[in-house]
Amino acid sequence: MLRLSLRTRRTLLPYLFLGPGLLWLIVFYAIPLINQGGVSLMTGNPEQGYTLQWHFATYTNALSDYGTQFGRSVLFAGSATVLDLVIAFPLAYFIAYKAGRWKNFMLLLVVLPFFTSYVLRTVAWQLILNDNGWVVHRFQDVGLISANGRLLASTKAVVAGITYNFLPFMVLPLYVSLEKIDRRLIEAATDLYASRATAFRKVTLPLALPGIFAGSLLTFIPACGDFINAALLGTPKQYMIGNVIQSKFLNILDYPTAAALSFILMTAILIGILIYARLLGTRNLTEAAV
Amino acid sequence: MEGTPIATPEGERVDAAASSEADIHLEGVTKRFGDAVAVDDLTLSIERGAFYALLGPSGCGKTTTLRMIGGFEDPSEGVVYLGGQAVTDLPPYKRDVNTVFQSYALFPHLNVERNVAFGLERKKIGKDEVARRVAETLDMVQLGALAKRRPGQLSGGQAQRVALARALVNRPRALLLDEPLGALDLRLRKQLQLELKRIQQEVGITFVHVTHDQEEAMSMADTIAVMNKGKIEQAGSAEELYERPHTAFVANFLGVSNLVDGKVLERGIEMATVETDDGTVRVPCARMSEAAGDAVRIGVRPEKIELVPAEQGVPDGRNALRGRVSIASFLGVSIQYVVIAPGGEELTVIAPNRDGGQPSSLGVGHEVLLTWDPQHTFVVARDA
Ligand SMILES: Nc1ncnc2c1ncn2[C@@H]1O[C@H](COP(=O)(O)OP(=O)(O)OP(=O)(O)O)[C@@H](O)[C@H]1O
Ligand SMILES: [Mg+2]
Repeated sequence: MLRLSLRTRRTLLPYLFLGPGLLWLIVFYAIPLINQGGVSLMTGNPEQGYTLQWHFATYTNALSDYGTQFGRSVLFAGSATVLDLVIAFPLAYFIAYKAGRWKNFMLLLVVLPFFTSYVLRTVAWQLILNDNGWVVHRFQDVGLISANGRLLASTKAVVAGITYNFLPFMVLPLYVSLEKIDRRLIEAATDLYASRATAFRKVTLPLALPGIFAGSLLTFIPACGDFINAALLGTPKQYMIGNVIQSKFLNILDYPTAAALSFILMTAILIGILIYARLLGTRNLTEAAV
Repeated sequence: MEGTPIATPEGERVDAAASSEADIHLEGVTKRFGDAVAVDDLTLSIERGAFYALLGPSGCGKTTTLRMIGGFEDPSEGVVYLGGQAVTDLPPYKRDVNTVFQSYALFPHLNVERNVAFGLERKKIGKDEVARRVAETLDMVQLGALAKRRPGQLSGGQAQRVALARALVNRPRALLLDEPLGALDLRLRKQLQLELKRIQQEVGITFVHVTHDQEEAMSMADTIAVMNKGKIEQAGSAEELYERPHTAFVANFLGVSNLVDGKVLERGIEMATVETDDGTVRVPCARMSEAAGDAVRIGVRPEKIELVPAEQGVPDGRNALRGRVSIASFLGVSIQYVVIAPGGEELTVIAPNRDGGQPSSLGVGHEVLLTWDPQHTFVVARDA
């Protein structure tokens, strides 16, 4: 047996806990990532195979060819994130403070959609938004869409689908951060001459920032790479970058472009997160929770 | 709605003479939670600049009373007046009182300075003025050096002082303190008790201090209100409550008391005579609580009693009870005896250690006499 001093063991222990997760990350994330980094710089064709040529032009070509889809991804995912925030905040607020004994039941309802597969849920939206469906007819009745207008195969449908599919990812972190806020802080604020609205703005909202941040990321990032909603509820005119990557990888077998697109998306999102965190204030994010 | 707190225009003046000077006045206030009565038809008046302690056992309604003054709880019945104006329907942010919460409730996302500035920032006061007053108040609680810290980086005593500063800086009509020292260790408590008292004298603001620690209440407050089951049993100075308790509950809650059942035989002009299981004792009429009927309990504080061997006889003019010593503990400064009276009551006697030890004639099992000056006797009603 290897005999280590208590101190050495103390310093080693955390790494031991980190181990399994780290191993998982290396095998299933870091290695494929490096691998795909290599692929993105290859040239060739599906028949003869691809070889590494350090062909950086793939990146610039990908950007200029698929800029529209990139823009659309950011726009759709961003709109869905904002919509989710608007829908989820009052919902999470209600569950955290007003639901009383219905709290757990309501949380169950929020996660209930996860019991069905993602694709199935989106297919269900196809039925809901169907041209002959009840929803379309009601929309036509009240004049929200023209008499022969449709909901399916439109930008609205894709954004609505994304909003729906990612709502729980916004509600749950928001709920956790709101729930954690000590209600006595709100009393203290009103004691110090803040009206309920001011107390919300000056205390509740800043303390909920970590939840807003986490929820936005959990919604925006996967939504950016999503292709299911655009494929099932939209047309090629609504295709997002995820649809392009998917078809390059699986249909056209243009691996270098697919890999390059993935890397561009990843980098763009990383930069976006940094800006977002800076905007919200990192200090608030890390310390508000204390 | 961020302005200087205002009182209702329709707020009526209180007519009673006593309450017109009162800073805080509760009139027949009751608070029910469902069927449970937390505060029961409570009436109290607190003068401007007083240090008023609400003292009572857990669950007697102290916090609820304070929360009704602060506006966090609506009374089921009754009226709350602040400075003569009825404020019962005003929300907390429109009341000119500030609370120091038991849990401190400091804003975790703001540093010490911003916490203290929170109330002033809601009022229409210039930035410079806010900064000046915040700095001044932080100096008063000796926290100037920690102005940039976050609440998470403070010790319990420091956090408590920030909470105090955050309330004080607004110079409210009154400060409501809900067991602000409850979470601190004994030494810090003692230190902060003195500090609180000093600050209160310095700023001259009315303090309403909730505590269940009788020593804390006695050392700090001008007036102590002893609460029990949602009612105030008695309010007065520490001396009044200790020397002339009106009820058995007050007698027992403040210090040790010796109570013996008795019956009023005769009420004279100055002195009354009460019969006990062991002869009669004399009581100044002024020290009989008005409520007491004929079935009473007489009481005397342990340090007022002199213990002598039974064969010595009773000196003239003194009250006396017989008893047998059951416990004698040597405490250094004093010797504490527990004596069983003929009626079975356990009586405590604290005798100063004058002779450098415990006299053998007063050892366990000895028959003794407890004698005291009739002036020190008090009488309370016997509970059913
Ligand atoms: N929100 C509430 N709902 C129901 N009952 C309550 C509520 N708040 C207080 N009570 C009850 O009212 C009574 C008085 O409570 P209160 O908090 O005023 O006691 P307290 O004197 O402050 O006690 P402590 O010294 O333990 O703080 C208690 O019996 C308590 O259970
Ligand atoms: Mg309490």
